[in-house]
Amino acid sequence: MTLHTFKRHVRESIKSLGRNGWMTFASASAVTVTLLLVGVFFVVMFNINHFAQKVENDVEIRVHIELTADSRQKDALRRQIEAIPNVKEVRYSSKDEELKRLIKSMGEEGSSFRLFEQDNPLSDVYVVKAARPQDTVKIAKQIETLPFVHKVNYGQGTVEKLFDALKVARNVGLVLILGLLFTAMFLISNTIKITIFARRREIEIMRLVGATNGFIRWPFFLEGLWLGMLGALFPIAALSIVYYNVYQVYEQWVSLPFFELLPFSPFMWQLSGLLLVIGAGIGIWGSVMSVRKFLKV
Amino acid sequence: MIEMQDVYKTYPNGVVALNGINVRIKQGEFVYVVGPSGAGKSTFIKMMYREEKPTSGTIMVNGVNLAKLKDSKVPLLRRHIGVVFQDFKLLPKLNVYENVAFALEVIEESPKVIRKKVMEVLDLVGLKHKIRSYPNELSGGEQQRVSIARSIVNSPKIVIADEPTGNLDPETSWGIVELFEKINDRGTTIVMATHNKEIVNATRRRVIAIENGKIVRDEAKGEYGYDASYV
Repeated sequence: MTLHTFKRHVRESIKSLGRNGWMTFASASAVTVTLLLVGVFFVVMFNINHFAQKVENDVEIRVHIELTADSRQKDALRRQIEAIPNVKEVRYSSKDEELKRLIKSMGEEGSSFRLFEQDNPLSDVYVVKAARPQDTVKIAKQIETLPFVHKVNYGQGTVEKLFDALKVARNVGLVLILGLLFTAMFLISNTIKITIFARRREIEIMRLVGATNGFIRWPFFLEGLWLGMLGALFPIAALSIVYYNVYQVYEQWVSLPFFELLPFSPFMWQLSGLLLVIGAGIGIWGSVMSVRKFLKV
Repeated sequence: MIEMQDVYKTYPNGVVALNGINVRIKQGEFVYVVGPSGAGKSTFIKMMYREEKPTSGTIMVNGVNLAKLKDSKVPLLRRHIGVVFQDFKLLPKLNVYENVAFALEVIEESPKVIRKKVMEVLDLVGLKHKIRSYPNELSGGEQQRVSIARSIVNSPKIVIADEPTGNLDPETSWGIVELFEKINDRGTTIVMATHNKEIVNATRRRVIAIENGKIVRDEAKGEYGYDASYV
């Protein structure tokens, strides 16, 4: 294809947007509505995911060591734990450190535990982290069987429930997003089909004078691309503005310690890019699908 | 050159449109195709530019068998065949110049060549002074001239016309036929389906009559042969 022809295709596709004014508006609106919904879902999903990852990464196994174990036996235990597959990190925490941590975590009432500083009833602890949070339970079970392990603590019950809930949330979100995208594609494909139907005479004449199918398809391909991107502009702007303000308000006034929102940059830039690509994708798909049936000889 | 051998065409709904056609049209001939409505004229014409495929038989156009031509090669065939219709098939939003240039744009001709060729053919059809007009500002005869200009702008060897004077008054029709004769004089084959008795009888060209999907008459200097203009 010559540069001149390509310029013609671009020119034609843009002219056609103007010529089919209302249809352009309808198609772009279909993209807009869909992407707005998809965008909101993405924002929620990515934040849940972010939260989930943070929670998952905080999950650790506390291995309480038997009081009778000497330092050689402790070292042996450490090596055995490290040998378990998917163990990322093993950190030693002496019983004195454990007591300090306990006192600190209790806040003001913690001072009453200071009495125990003379005779510390706690045991030394290995803090184990799994490479993948999902492996935590499996690793904990294995550690339990090792010698000189007094007790293994990883938030039994709670962790399993948390992981299950997060998995469900992710899958539900994914299904909803896919469903929305699918609906959008059909909506756009139908609107573009109408614009193409109005132009079947043009296509007919193009074919009569010897235009190849590729040549005929190009302007429609580009038109779909513009429609998709045009439709993506409003959702991107709207989501960016709303998210920016929500983020500011949350950080300043609410800001819960265990839940933080993804920072505006780079998250919103990535999301904008993603929406633009999805918009372009459904626009192109819609127009290429609808022009196809007019190109059969 | 166009040559058909044992061409049959049955449409998917069971209608038999062509029932064994054998014909040879030499380069540079001027041929009228006549016959009652629904006799197969249109199908016969459509076979020549591969708008329809034959059910069986061979159709050679410029040395290519259209019965076996791949869909992807049809555009290349069309670039060597001009087609003119009763309803002109002009694009209403393009002016005269753009409508004619369209045929060259789609085959990716350079802008310089396009300008030269379009001005040449518009001169030939006598519409050089109306290049900026839009189809709805032109008379029927003028619109048909634009459509003829478009069909010959890439210098095809064959021009196929399906009732080009069907929508025009007798006087204007004569102008159009004279234009086709002018094009024919330059060596282009003309195949024209028509119902216009006066023109066929006056010009005395080859006449092929089709009835019930068969050629019933093929005369070198024939007459229209039916009583009324519209059968």
